[in-house]
Amino acid sequence: MNDASLAIDVRGMTKSFAGHVVVDSIAMRVRRGEIYGFLGPNGSGKTTFLRLLCGLLRPDAGEGTCLGFDVRRQSDEIKRKVGYMTQRFSFYEDLSIEENLDFIARIFEVPGRARAVRESLVRLGLENRRRQLAGELSGGWKQRLALAACLIHRPELLLLDEPTAGVDPKARRDFWEELHELAARGMTVLITTHYMDEAERCHRLAYLAYGRLLAHGTVEEVVGGAGLATWAIAGPDLFGLAQTLRRRDGVEQVVPFGNTLHVSGSNPAALARAVEPLAGRGYRCERVESGLEDVFIRLMSASEDNFP
Amino acid sequence: MSRYRFRFRRFWAIVAKEFIQMRRDRLTFGMMVGIPLLQLTLFGYAINADPKHLPTAVFCADPGTFGRTLTVGLRNSDYFDVRREAASEAEVERLLRLGEVQFVVHIPVDFTRRVLRGERPALLLQADATDPAATGNAIAAVNQLADRALDRDLKGPLYPLRAHVGPVKLQIHRHYNPEGITQYNIVPGLMGVVLTMTMVIITALAITRERERGTMENLLATPVRPGEVMIGKLVPYIMVGYLQTLLILLAARFLFRVPMRGSLPLLLAFMLLFIAANLAVGITFSTLARNQLQAMQMSFFFFLPSILLSGFMFPFRGMPGWAQGLGEVLPLTHFLRLVRGILLKGNGFLEVWHHAWPIALFTFLLLGIGIRRYRRTLD
Ligand SMILES: Nc1ncnc2c1ncn2[C@@H]1O[C@H](COP(=O)(O)OP(=O)(O)OP(=O)(O)O)[C@@H](O)[C@H]1O
Ligand SMILES: [Mg+2]
Repeated sequence: MNDASLAIDVRGMTKSFAGHVVVDSIAMRVRRGEIYGFLGPNGSGKTTFLRLLCGLLRPDAGEGTCLGFDVRRQSDEIKRKVGYMTQRFSFYEDLSIEENLDFIARIFEVPGRARAVRESLVRLGLENRRRQLAGELSGGWKQRLALAACLIHRPELLLLDEPTAGVDPKARRDFWEELHELAARGMTVLITTHYMDEAERCHRLAYLAYGRLLAHGTVEEVVGGAGLATWAIAGPDLFGLAQTLRRRDGVEQVVPFGNTLHVSGSNPAALARAVEPLAGRGYRCERVESGLEDVFIRLMSASEDNFP
Repeated sequence: MSRYRFRFRRFWAIVAKEFIQMRRDRLTFGMMVGIPLLQLTLFGYAINADPKHLPTAVFCADPGTFGRTLTVGLRNSDYFDVRREAASEAEVERLLRLGEVQFVVHIPVDFTRRVLRGERPALLLQADATDPAATGNAIAAVNQLADRALDRDLKGPLYPLRAHVGPVKLQIHRHYNPEGITQYNIVPGLMGVVLTMTMVIITALAITRERERGTMENLLATPVRPGEVMIGKLVPYIMVGYLQTLLILLAARFLFRVPMRGSLPLLLAFMLLFIAANLAVGITFSTLARNQLQAMQMSFFFFLPSILLSGFMFPFRGMPGWAQGLGEVLPLTHFLRLVRGILLKGNGFLEVWHHAWPIALFTFLLLGIGIRRYRRTLD
């Protein structure tokens, strides 16, 4: 099936480095106009998967399409229509902001190049610093420049690798607003992130660990699919309490969240038996909805058990 | 698929970018101009393969006039700097052993008398030959000097003796460079050496740098083709190569007064071939090196045999067969013959083209390896 409404439709994507499987038979379907979050611990293979999609790496196995083009054979066509923002800043530090944008615009043969560059500078809010060298920008500004450069050829698909790492909250919010605006106009975005609040802003998301896709869907689907019950507990000496709780039956995960502890388990009845006695001893116990973070931590530790 | 072939605009984007980066990188740019200047000064002025004014002692046992004449002749020559007149055999021995002089000219007791009798007396030249290069020419010079010095005294009735004087009759003919001026040989050769050194390093670094700084990942994610990147990166450096050439040619003409007998356009045309050969080496290195340091090391690895085995430093014909074989592979070897042929001998195209095709072959082979190895992906 080759559904035109899918921007990404791949199956069985596999890549190993020196015999070590880094991306393990991943299938992914992303609809056009969707913001798709891609999460997973460090080294889980997110960057590698993005590189496979845009033809920077050749998959060992797997097939499918990206924007309707074959990922294995048509990477030239894919590259023209994709904006890929690398995890590490990879524009020229010894070129100015304007020169970098101009270079990318030339390489993509953007029509009306001068205007495109100027508009991009205006959108960035960097018109009056356009002659500054990219290497002199602060980390957050570099990220914004990189995003602007990825957008200059009006790609249909954006692959963003941790675009908001090190960006301040206000800039992050502006950034997400822009992403939603672009998506509303039909652009597809696949974005990796380690921030939970960003994960919750995605239309759908996928969670990857050790190269395997462990969960995917909307936030609700992912949380619901994990079948995890969670209690929030507040009271004195939470650190000591965490140690005792970890040893009790039914408790699979104890995570401190500021002044509360999140205690989770997959068997709600057993978890309730373990937690309820605390209520009489000066603790405030409350059944809460499991959050994405609870679910991800659970997924990660469960997968550690599966891959010793 | 023609849409995805070489696109001039993308190629030109690379050229423009390289020029901007070159302009910003003052140090490297300075080096590219500085290296030729430095080498010109070193090889042109400081290093001299035909040293003169060598410290010399004369041990004149002959009380006659010819002994005196010869001593004065030695004093007046460029090769010898007569510092001492030794008084005894023992002193001669000591001076040589301590290295205070490089030569001792020994004029025997009955020198004058035997010259007059037409007996061809022996002149003893004792040389400290630990550095043969320093002594070779001087030894040859002493022969001519003895002839000329005595000629002036052998006049009138003594004239017939002229034919017999001189310890040995040795004639040295130096073609194309009768005075043996080292710079005539070295300065044109320098062009090749400077280009080898800078062109290889610069291209090897230019591509490795993209990989090391991570900008390659970005470049590979764009539709730009390998050929566009490579040729785009080469064009600016070809211009730099010509700039260096111009600098050296100007110096050769106006500072060292090297004769330019052949056609300059012909030389400049072959220059392009030679520059391309070195750029191809640089590109190939850049596809092998993981970082700039490795690229640098490989460049030196190439540079050393080039300078040692090409005939720039040492006479090519003096090398053992295996070394000559290695030397024949290197583009610099052929380029040196080509430049010297054109500049010093006034060779035309037909006389030098057989030095050109080995360079062309080398270039095509290396460029083939380079383009094959240029990775379009990160793995
Ligand atoms: N070119 C390469 N050669 C060898 N191993 C590699 C290469 N690229 C990635 N890896 C390995 O593949 C694994 C996955 O790396 P990847 O960069 O895809 O992870 P990631 O999910 O992006 O991590 P992070 O969140 O830290 O960015 C890591 O163990 C890494 O060491
Ligand atoms: Mg990554």
